[in-house]
Formats: sequence, C-alpha cells, structure tokens
Amino acid sequence: MTEMAIQETAAEYPAFPMQRADPLGPPELYAELREREPISRIRMSVTGQEAWLVTRYDHYRELIRDPRVSADMYADNYPRQIPVPLELLRSVPRTIFHLDAPDHTVHRRLLTPEFTYRRIEGMRERTQQIADEYVDRLLEKGGPVDLMAELSLPMPSQAMCELLGIPPADRHIYHEWITLLIGTDTTPEQHAQAEITVVGHLEKLIAQKTEHPEDDLLSRLIARNNEEKLVSDRDVLNLARSLIAGSHETSANMITLSVLALLRNPEQLALLKADPSLDASAADEMLRYFSVSDAGTSRVVLEDIELGDVVLRKGEGVVASILAANHDPEVFTDPGRIDITRSPNNHVAFGTGIHQCIGHLVVKMQLGIVLGTLFRRIPDLRLAIDLDDVKFKNAAIRGVEALPVTW
Amino acid sequence: MRLNADRDRCVGAGACASTVPAVFEQDEEEGLVRLVTDRPESALVGVVRRAVSMCPAQAIRVSSE
Repeated sequence: MTEMAIQETAAEYPAFPMQRADPLGPPELYAELREREPISRIRMSVTGQEAWLVTRYDHYRELIRDPRVSADMYADNYPRQIPVPLELLRSVPRTIFHLDAPDHTVHRRLLTPEFTYRRIEGMRERTQQIADEYVDRLLEKGGPVDLMAELSLPMPSQAMCELLGIPPADRHIYHEWITLLIGTDTTPEQHAQAEITVVGHLEKLIAQKTEHPEDDLLSRLIARNNEEKLVSDRDVLNLARSLIAGSHETSANMITLSVLALLRNPEQLALLKADPSLDASAADEMLRYFSVSDAGTSRVVLEDIELGDVVLRKGEGVVASILAANHDPEVFTDPGRIDITRSPNNHVAFGTGIHQCIGHLVVKMQLGIVLGTLFRRIPDLRLAIDLDDVKFKNAAIRGVEALPVTW
Repeated sequence: MRLNADRDRCVGAGACASTVPAVFEQDEEEGLVRLVTDRPESALVGVVRRAVSMCPAQAIRVSSE
C-alpha cells in the first residue's frame, strides 16, 4: 500500500535507472540535468521510492565524504534497486557496505592489511598467470566464444577465490549466488535459498580454516579477529561474503565492456597495442567511462545538508551518481570520448569517502592485465555479432548478458 | 610543503601509496598510511597534491611551512 502511494505522487519524476540511446554511454538525461538542475528528483523504478539524484562531480565528492550521510540500506528511504521486500532484507545483518562509522571502521580495519599497495603489487605475477591461462583456453577452444562466460566472469572470480582460499570445486556456489543477488527478476524465495547455501558453505570453510589456517586471506582474517575478537564470527563470514559480492559482477562487466569499447574505438585499441604500458591508464579510463556501479553510492541523509542550491532533508534518500560525476565536463574534458591516455584521471568509479572500494587497486591491476594480455595474444579479436544484437543489462550493475567474439 | 597523515581517519585505500610511493606507504600490520617523508621534494608537489585530493577519507593534511 505505502509503496503504491509513493509511486503515484512521484509519477512525474524521471525513473531510475534512466534509459540510454547509446548503450555504451551514460543516460542522455544526465548531461541535461547536470546543466539545468544538478540535484534533482527521481523515482526508483524497482521500488517506486522517491530520491535525490546528484549529477555533478564536486557535489558528488562533497556529499559522499560527508559524515552526515548514511549507507544504511535498511533505512526506509535508502534508494534500492532490488525487488526484495525490506522486511526480508532486514533479516540478514548489514554488510560492511551498509554500516556507518564507527562500526564500519572496525570491520574495514580487519581488511585493510590485505589490500595495501605493496601487497597488491605482489599479486601481479599470479594475476598475469591466471590471465594467460584463460587466454590459452580461449585459443585452444577457437572462436566464436562468449567472452563473458569464458573469461570475464570466471577469471576475476578465480582470482578472488584464490585470494580468499575457497577451494576450486566450490566456486560455482558463489557464482550462482551472485547471479541471483543482482538479478532484477529474482524471487524472494530464490534470494533466501541462495543466502542459506552460501552462508552454510562459508560457515564450514571458516570452521576448517580456524582449525587449520592456510596462507590465504580468510585464514588471516579469522586469526586477526581472534586476537582481539573485535567482531563476531558471523561478521567475519559477512566480510568474506561482501568481498565476493562486491567484486564478482563488477569486474566481469568491466572486462567485457572494456573489450567492447576498444573494439568500437580502433584508434584507442591501436594505441594500446603499440604501447602496452598504457594498460593501467586504459583501465582507469574504462572504469571512468562505464562506471558500472552507478548507484553504488546511494545514501540516506542523517541531518539536513546544504548541497549546491538545495537542502537535503533528514531521512531523504540520495543517489549520488558515479556515472554522472565521471562524465562531468567541468572535470573531464570531452567526457564522452574514450581516451586511454587521459591524465589526470581522478574518477570516482570506486566511490569516495570511507566506503571507497577496498579492492580498487586489485581491480585496476586485473583489468589492465586482462586487456593488455587479451589484445597482445589475440590481436585480431573482433565481435562475432553486430553491436545492435548485444544485450545490455540495466540492472544495479551495468553490463551485457554475453559478448560473442572471434578472431 | 609539509604533510601530516591522520591514521585515525585513514581507511587504507592506498590511493596515496599507489600514486606517490616515494612519499606515502602503508604499514604491513594495519595497512594504514605512513609518511616516508613529511617534506616531499619540490618536484613531487603536484603529484602529492593530487594524491591528497584523491584520498577518500581526507586523512592527509598539507601545510605550507
């Protein structure tokens, strides 16, 4: 009843996520709103909730770094994009994505030693090996292949599972769970069942690693927490679950969309082929351009906040659009152009503030390595279908269903 | 340029250490910011300012002395 009433009053606001004429670019309305009404009203298409939409880069950083906004997804007006009823969502404890300080700080600090710049640089060699193994398999198989199924989804997933210490035979459990978690047509029953399976598996794994620690992130996380018992065992489980959930689909879609973008922009691809050291800056540009987790920094306002010309009132929901911020022409010259040499490229694809993606350096490294390796070893890679036939997903994470390629 | 790093605010994103490893690092135990030097050489001032601006937690302060 309540949600239907909301839907009616907000009927005149643009629905979010918004439509795109160019499936690779941002919704066209973003540029118009940024110019005309940089902080505007929207209606969430899945839930019917009303919310604010922030489209400017400077507003974005100001708001997301402000301690007066909360990431609590269980707050009534937090803008949601999943069809699962709030009561059911609330039956699962908040993950790190949705905790505020000081609780968030305690959880985050259990992970920070695992994601230092130095430690991630130490993963470079293994990441390159994994990328090579996947490209070996593509070459063995021969085109056409679905890049999403054969590389983009399994490769980052394998890297994350290796990091955490999840045995290869069990990795499919997590894959199936994520697919349901982010799907817009997932039923509450499917959602609940997938949760039970994943939690059950992680409980078993944590018990094993508590008894017999190995050289992996999960074992170290358990040991680190057991020194001072900062959080509960269930929280440790949730941290592991969040790392998988946060990395899987996002990385996969970034790989696929980046390949698509390079194939569509042959002059940029030629630059990368001519100078492989551009892989890191190409990765950054793709992260900026696509910003696949557009509404990843949705928030709810804890106290009235003046932002630009408006006052965000306590209790209201806000979608601070990552994609819109990353296409703000005040910060990024010619933002609609993909330029793999763009410098500086201070994008906010990973958000900002205390919730900034802890794995951002891993993602950048991985994406750079995959793009460099793929086009070095298969320089004739091309689409096996017309761009018009590529099916895009307008889900919480932007991406494509599949990407048939050949060579 | 003089730098001050606030480890209480730091969220260990590593934006600073990956941008200017000659000036910023993260300790192994906690993964939080540590200054290699609090007075970066003048050639690095530009890139240090960029790293400071990109710190998600605004944990690095710059003063002019």
